[in-house]
Amino acid sequence: MSQSPARTPARLGVDIGGTFTDVVLEFDNQQYSTKVLTTYTAPEDAILDGLHQVCKKADITPADITQIIHGTTLATNALIERRGAKTALITTQGFRDVIEMRTESRFEQYDLNLNLPAPLLPRNMRYTVEERVDALGNILIDLDLKQVEALAEQIAEAGYDSVAVGLIHSYANDKHEKMVRDVLAKRLPDVMVSLSSEVSPQMREYERFNTVVANAYIKPLMKSYLSRLAGRLGEEGVDCSIFLMHSGGGIISIDSAAEFPVRLVESGPAGGAVFAAHIAAQYGLDKVLSFDMGGTTAKICLIKNQMPKTSRVFEVARTYRFKKGSGMPISIPVIDMVEIGAGGGSLAHVDSMRQIRVGPESAGSEPGPACYGRGGEKPAVTDADLVLGKLDADNFAGGTIQLDTDSSNSALTEVLGKALDMDAQTAAFGLAEVVDENMANAARVHAVENGEDLSEYTMIAFGGAAPLHGGRLCEKLGVDRMLVPTGAGVGSAIGFLRAPFSFEANRSVYMKLSDFAPEKITSLLTDLQQEAIGFVRSCDADAEILSDFKVYMRYTGQGWEIPITLTEQQAMNPDAETFQTLFEQDYTKLFGRPVEGMDVEITVWAVNATTPPQPVTLLDQVDTASATGEAEAAGERQMFDPALGKAVAARVVLRDSVKARQMVNGPAAITEDETTIIVPSSGRALRQSDGCIDVIVGNSHT
Amino acid sequence: MAGNHSQVSFQVMWNRLISVVEEQAQALVRTAFSTSVREAGDLSAGVYDLHGQMLAQAVTGTPGHVNAMADAVAHFIRRIGRDNIFEGDVYITNDPWEGTGHLHDITMVSPSFHQGNLVGFFACTAHIVDIGGRGFGADANSVYEEGLYLPIMKFAERGTVDKSLIRIVRGNVREPDQLVGDMYALATCNEIGHRRLIDMMREFKLDNLEEVAEFILDNSRRATLERIADVFRTAGKTTANGEMTVDGFATPITLKVKLTIEADRIISDFEGTSGVDKKGINCPLVYAKAYSCYALKCAIAPEIPNNAASLEPFEIVAPENTIVNAVHPAPVALRHIIGHFVPDAVYDALDKILPGLVPAEGAGCLCNFQVSLRPRTDATAPEDAVRSEVLTFNSGGSGARPQHDGLNATAFPSGVMTMPIEATEHTGPVIIWRKELRPDSGGAGPQRGGLGQYMEVGAREGHEFDFQAMFDRVDHPARGRQGGKNGATTTIAQDDGSAMQGKGKQFVAHGRKVMLAFPGGAGYGKPEDRNIESVKKDLLYGYISAATAKNDYGLSDATIAAVADIARKGETL
Repeated sequence: MSQSPARTPARLGVDIGGTFTDVVLEFDNQQYSTKVLTTYTAPEDAILDGLHQVCKKADITPADITQIIHGTTLATNALIERRGAKTALITTQGFRDVIEMRTESRFEQYDLNLNLPAPLLPRNMRYTVEERVDALGNILIDLDLKQVEALAEQIAEAGYDSVAVGLIHSYANDKHEKMVRDVLAKRLPDVMVSLSSEVSPQMREYERFNTVVANAYIKPLMKSYLSRLAGRLGEEGVDCSIFLMHSGGGIISIDSAAEFPVRLVESGPAGGAVFAAHIAAQYGLDKVLSFDMGGTTAKICLIKNQMPKTSRVFEVARTYRFKKGSGMPISIPVIDMVEIGAGGGSLAHVDSMRQIRVGPESAGSEPGPACYGRGGEKPAVTDADLVLGKLDADNFAGGTIQLDTDSSNSALTEVLGKALDMDAQTAAFGLAEVVDENMANAARVHAVENGEDLSEYTMIAFGGAAPLHGGRLCEKLGVDRMLVPTGAGVGSAIGFLRAPFSFEANRSVYMKLSDFAPEKITSLLTDLQQEAIGFVRSCDADAEILSDFKVYMRYTGQGWEIPITLTEQQAMNPDAETFQTLFEQDYTKLFGRPVEGMDVEITVWAVNATTPPQPVTLLDQVDTASATGEAEAAGERQMFDPALGKAVAARVVLRDSVKARQMVNGPAAITEDETTIIVPSSGRALRQSDGCIDVIVGNSHT
Repeated sequence: MAGNHSQVSFQVMWNRLISVVEEQAQALVRTAFSTSVREAGDLSAGVYDLHGQMLAQAVTGTPGHVNAMADAVAHFIRRIGRDNIFEGDVYITNDPWEGTGHLHDITMVSPSFHQGNLVGFFACTAHIVDIGGRGFGADANSVYEEGLYLPIMKFAERGTVDKSLIRIVRGNVREPDQLVGDMYALATCNEIGHRRLIDMMREFKLDNLEEVAEFILDNSRRATLERIADVFRTAGKTTANGEMTVDGFATPITLKVKLTIEADRIISDFEGTSGVDKKGINCPLVYAKAYSCYALKCAIAPEIPNNAASLEPFEIVAPENTIVNAVHPAPVALRHIIGHFVPDAVYDALDKILPGLVPAEGAGCLCNFQVSLRPRTDATAPEDAVRSEVLTFNSGGSGARPQHDGLNATAFPSGVMTMPIEATEHTGPVIIWRKELRPDSGGAGPQRGGLGQYMEVGAREGHEFDFQAMFDRVDHPARGRQGGKNGATTTIAQDDGSAMQGKGKQFVAHGRKVMLAFPGGAGYGKPEDRNIESVKKDLLYGYISAATAKNDYGLSDATIAAVADIARKGETL
């Protein structure tokens, strides 16, 4: 934390993804970025490679870097690939199998050969102790320290590196979990211990235990990676603080990250959402749909008032066609997004009802879509995009990959056309419509679940495939504007540089409005606030810190809660009537009407401490009326317009050649190395002063 | 070309309708009050055309609602009368024979109007925790004792809720707030489906659903018929008998089914099945039909969505007054017990037609119980003692499959989820002392049956309770297939050793616990053919004891000792 104020800020964002490690440097009002292949065995190698590349571009040395912000899929991958440490779970007697029994249901009801994912820890690594706390936090059976000591011996003998402690109702009373930790710390000082009451103090044992086990499981790995990384960077002359992006869209210190590595899961996509939120702020947009579509998946996230929406639980490592329930639940603060198996590489087939199905199986990069000419025989989304004229075979990825239209045509014909009596183009149209509809459905459901009307939203599209499909998605969703920012290929890494220092602390504590206890609330929220501020303070000793207060409420007896945001005033001077009014407003918005005569309860309390958002200068935007004429077209090609159901002559325009305030009328393809922006016939595009392409989609939607 | 394009549009609309009903179901999960709906997913939602034909149904926790839902809307149209259907109406029933099999399922139907014209219907069903009467259990002698009956009627007319109905409901049930809350939740869920349907119709400029309905039903029918024709062509024989006996209430029940595959339909005939029981485990035909159909669809046409056309070729017949075709006024509250065993009976027959496809028998029916807690009466109760109804859903082991072990403590054929015990303990003063796997309960075989589970249930200090048991397989374990061993049976007793019955309401005094062991699934194939690595793994994880490893699978003492050593070191094989 020894940043000398004299240095010119040089901030580095690093995103380790599954295929590429993206590195972005911001120095002296300039942005320098690069993509290098991720080096799985030693991920820090790719970082250093990228770091040297961008330093060279900016003509600075590693020692000039003043701050590094890092996000990584390593935590997620360790969970997916089961590459964690030798970990034990200590739990309440009678509940040894909670993480194995899951919900006792099958996530795919019609598959007789279904197998459920194995728990992170097999049964012989799960130990129990006699103790019991009830739902109100009363101790029913005292913990017997002798028993814990004996267990510590067993754990020592077996040589575990990490221990997760998850006891029943520990979110309501953490005394026993802490006692277990004390015994372990004494007998096994080198073993890392994670407590469920600290990692995820929320009701529902399966989610909480699974989260603490995941944390313990990846902790040694992440701790060693992070310290190795810090060491290597030091050797290269880097002399600045390193921070980590967390799943909730903020950044935390390297030490906090090492303590709670499960909070790093999904940090890449979180960076993407922060990236979109920042652009929303520059454009003064309060309702934004962030749409990130890459090679295998599409991610959709709602951003209201320039803040991505957060949630308390999500699922990682889905094992079965991205199906809900086939992964493992992790309950931590996380940016709320839907991810579906729809990307440029998603493959299509015809099912027994003679319907086209697309994804979640993906062609990956090997063999890739049929048009890559590497032996792929099944049609992928990219093949459809090529045949429909949305892509140019000779100018894909900056001309580095020559696409083969004949292979696309034959894959489309063989797999779809023959079964459905369609020509290749119609099959491509069908494929594209299905994948676009899948994404549109996901977005619609997500919006409805949040009580939002998408027709009031603006889309921000990034990731290689999003600008190709965003226009059609807008038409389907009744969204009439899409922004395609620059740097969209490294959006997550740029997002890291825009994220505030933040940490959310939360806890399950039940309180009915009929038993409203203002003093208890103030004290609970103050505790949570102090906890959260502590994490942020460790990143920055002086910055102003804001607190966001959120409570999760429902009618007593319901199982699903609605997050209600409180002002600091409402949180610190709580009164039941205000809580009731806020709840009923949101409930009505979501479900149409309040339920009369029912008691309301609060189940979870959360405080997010954050440094203020980075100051943004509102962009001086132009609209089509003040545009200065049309950009010059580099050519023309036939492109299929799905809304019209026919091919049209589309202008081809190089993105670099479009000057600020210039327009491109649809139908058009605006091309750049990383992607192509499709402007539908119904739309027109405009280049804003920051280089963003602003697409106005004319909606027939009523 | 134009025809092809409309084919693409129709496919988009079909996808959309499936998404609409999933969302409709999701809204219900989020707004419902009963744990059975909100935590366990015991609900159903669907969209129908003008004629009451089901076009799409959400895949939720309950195959039992599949056909029942498909048939229900036609009953509503008939009872309400076309001329009496108005915009803003919502209809309700819990009729076991015209709804989904018992009074504890509330079904609600809402007409959908577009541009002033009726275009279709939405329906949804949810299992509610209490409907009055004797409470949820098998003890009633007729349906009249099982609770409040709501014939098909209007819950709301032109948007106005019938307040008299609400008052009658409130006056007749134990948890009125929950039930009324759930009724509103059901209405809301249909409303959400309706709004999305209208959005779709506007987008595609549709005046009615006729063409899209035809597209969905034609494609589904053709796909289903192709599958059945395949089986008809390739199966060695086209007819076989299945039979299975289970505990029943006081006397064992035998399910008999004759399966006949024809070129364009499959008939399940339950002739010869036991007659109606005196107690409430009887099953209206619609519910047995659902499970028979579900079992066949899983085996033959798993990926074809449920709708009027895809269900049609599966015909189910049973003589009246057999336990799978109980008629009014037979008691039917626990119709799920018999219903959940129907698939195992059907598979006994199907295995003879298509060997190597279906699993061995499993726990079958869910291991549910309801606890009615109250302040202790044997001594002074503390002031904060309360009355409360707590229902939990739990599962035994599923049967071993031809290529895979059975699933441990996982529901089949039902698909509902269990409730987190921490959530259960927040709904009332119940304490779940134990909920974990039951070693040695899975039937031995090269593919082992899934393990059952142990549970121990008590009450918070100052309370006593009635324990409503809904268990089977106490005397009739899941039977192995192809030489596989049986699964373990259900056991139930109090912690002081006093005996309890598998079914019925039983008193549990202050301070006592109920000790439960739920059944395991059966094995598939001869135990000695099990791969030794799998046996060692079972032993390492404690799925089987050393004695079972030795006796059933012939593992040597030396190997057993070696595995114990690995277990102690916290290692894997």
